Amino acid sequence: MIAEAGHYALVLALALALIQSTIPVLGARWRDPALMNVALSTALAQLLFVAASFAALVTLHVTSDFSVVNVFENSHSLKPMIYKITGVWGNHEGSMLLWVLILALFGGLVAAFGNNLPLSLRAHVLAVQAWIASAFYLFILITSNPFLRIANPPIEGRDLNPVLQDIGLAVHPPMLYLGYVGFSISFSFAVAALIEGRIDAAWARWVRPWTLVAWIFLTLGIAMGSYWAYYELGWGGWWFWDPVENASLMPWLAGTALLHSLVVMEKRNALKVWTILLSILAFSLSLLGTFLVRSGVLTSVHAFATDPTRGVFILLILCIFIGGSLSLYAWRASALKQGGLFAPISREGALVLNNLFLTTACATVFIGTLYPLALEVVTGDKISVGAPFFNLTFAPLFVPLMIAVPFGPLLAWKRGDLLAAAQRLTAAGVAALIAVAVLWAWTRGGSALAPLAIGLAVFVIAGALSDLAERTGLFRTPFATAMQRARGLRRSTWGTVFAHAGVGVALIGIVCETTWNSEYIGSMRPDDVAKIAGYALKLDGVTHRQGPNFREMAAQFTVSLDGKRLSTMTPSKRNFTTRGSTTTEAALLTRGASQLYISLGDTAADGAIAVRIYHKPMVLLIWFGPVLMALGGMLSLSDRRLRVGAPKAARVPRGLQAAE
Amino acid sequence: MTRKQRRLTMIGGSLAILAIAAALVLNALRDSIVFFSTPVMVAEKHIPPGKRFRLGGLVEKGSLVRGDHLAVNFKVSDGSATLPVTYTGILPDLFREGQGVVAEGALDASGVFKADTVLAKHDETYMPKDVADALKKQGHWKDDYGSKPDYNAKPVGTQGASR
Repeated sequence: MIAEAGHYALVLALALALIQSTIPVLGARWRDPALMNVALSTALAQLLFVAASFAALVTLHVTSDFSVVNVFENSHSLKPMIYKITGVWGNHEGSMLLWVLILALFGGLVAAFGNNLPLSLRAHVLAVQAWIASAFYLFILITSNPFLRIANPPIEGRDLNPVLQDIGLAVHPPMLYLGYVGFSISFSFAVAALIEGRIDAAWARWVRPWTLVAWIFLTLGIAMGSYWAYYELGWGGWWFWDPVENASLMPWLAGTALLHSLVVMEKRNALKVWTILLSILAFSLSLLGTFLVRSGVLTSVHAFATDPTRGVFILLILCIFIGGSLSLYAWRASALKQGGLFAPISREGALVLNNLFLTTACATVFIGTLYPLALEVVTGDKISVGAPFFNLTFAPLFVPLMIAVPFGPLLAWKRGDLLAAAQRLTAAGVAALIAVAVLWAWTRGGSALAPLAIGLAVFVIAGALSDLAERTGLFRTPFATAMQRARGLRRSTWGTVFAHAGVGVALIGIVCETTWNSEYIGSMRPDDVAKIAGYALKLDGVTHRQGPNFREMAAQFTVSLDGKRLSTMTPSKRNFTTRGSTTTEAALLTRGASQLYISLGDTAADGAIAVRIYHKPMVLLIWFGPVLMALGGMLSLSDRRLRVGAPKAARVPRGLQAAE
Repeated sequence: MTRKQRRLTMIGGSLAILAIAAALVLNALRDSIVFFSTPVMVAEKHIPPGKRFRLGGLVEKGSLVRGDHLAVNFKVSDGSATLPVTYTGILPDLFREGQGVVAEGALDASGVFKADTVLAKHDETYMPKDVADALKKQGHWKDDYGSKPDYNAKPVGTQGASR
């Protein structure tokens, strides 16, 4: 019953989405407020029905109803409760249902909180949301129905992929989807603006909070995914330039560019056409990500079971939405009036530079990700484009961007003074040089690049702080005055400081981890001692135990530093009986921002275990940086201006005008 | 500056950055891409020693020999040819005899493939996509490698997946 009810709720949601796709558009055309407001109720009702459908699937998983294919394939009655719930989206069908749930959630939020939007704009935005929603409801209902039954229900399920049986699954996919799908709002706003042929600074002010929300979640989602891969996959890598990772990085780069160009549009009414294009691109890249991950053109842990019809269907959705929106853009963009002028050296100019570098970097990732697919289609040659490609293209493009980051906030709008900005950054420059010199002296004979890169990171962090010092008048005025000014600063200014500093912090982590990472690989017997980066790790012994749905072999290590016992670490290997597969559970010991990392390999016939031990200096900064960036985003989001400041459109009557 | 000059500066700057990016991409594509081969393709193409490539195929049953200090030798086969592989380190959890594998490395002078990375890129059918495609092309594909169980029949076998 529950499965059928869930299925039926999804069909109803599709029906509602189809109504929402058409009626509000007609309403806007005929200037009929009643028809336009249909979108409000349908958006909220859609949310209700998709939520009901999702709740049905969760119930099926929690009660282990193996008469449903999806539950049978991905669950097991002995699986811990948390994984029964997260397992709902640990498979293709369920994750698509989560996708549309979040889409409906955003639609519902626009309907509920969009009271200050012009009527026709809101109607158009919700209609475009409904177009996307209809396409994905159809996709789920036709190719990936999670509610299919089995004629002869088995007694036991086939369990969830062991790699996914981790708390990471509870956090990473929902976060990532909130980011991916969140960009649908800026996409819908952009398409609505193109349909209406009208766009102004107020538009940017409405779009910015939504983009910011999506960006915050995407940032955290990517960071979380990276940390999960780091501790779960057992080889201590945190970014593989895997196409699936790139699929999430591309919308992030485009979204970051969009956030910055929205600032220009809101403040200076310039870069309108470009901002619209970025809004379209950010969501198109999210769709591309969905396609790459869900279609099975790539093999990875994310690709679950693959089925060619799904790939073709998503490709179709992709072509319709990307092709359609870009055609609309080509047709209507010229109708949008260009706004404020500015000199190349100005805040606007700096933001344009930021946009240029971010989109170019995004393009290199795009090429690196899709070139192998294209080449295979054209010539049949199989190639892989890995880390070396991205190190040679992505990294050089990020260096000038990082140098420019501290300058941006110090330049004035319209016409800036580069020299004055440089003077204000003297302290930051000196700090960077000192960092380079100290590191150089300390790591004599080591990599020359690493100290320079860390110097760059220090420059970015110190630059962000100098901006703060500059604005509060720290060191120039009495301390109390500076503190008072700091309290008076706009939250979005604090947001900028945190986000920019976060970039620097992440860079320090990345450079330290890749340059000074030390590794020990060897086979160890009980009482053997491995020495790494000053730590001594003694293998005490191996124990076997039984988990809920796995057998586990755990090795206990005693870690000591300079003869002093610090702690114990117990990495393990788990054997999941149902799937007959093994996972490696690494043990982590955090010391400051650095970590010791142990993962186990095979056990030889004579009882020796293959062991992989890493010392990863400053590795936690890699994820602490994105958290800082997200925190900056949240501070910006809490800025009063974005909450209550959204003004009524310049001339309300024009807001009701239909597109010609 | 006039409006025209400003616009020219912008366009010039953008073009310069794009040109640099294009140069970087072309340069990187020339140097850092890695081709995928199966053992029979290795034999046909006469890949010179030292040239990096990805080798894919099935780990031949009974060929896995573990030496000292985590040294591993095994053979990769694609049905028509086999190639010996040496690797030092810890094999991924999903490495098994008789199943698909992708290894990255280069041939040494004696024609042994020295792998520095062994990937376990599987989907749920335990078969790397590259390997599956290559085997299909060469006519060595057996349907049971990739068969999806029919759930309305009795479920057979257990399968897993990993990156």
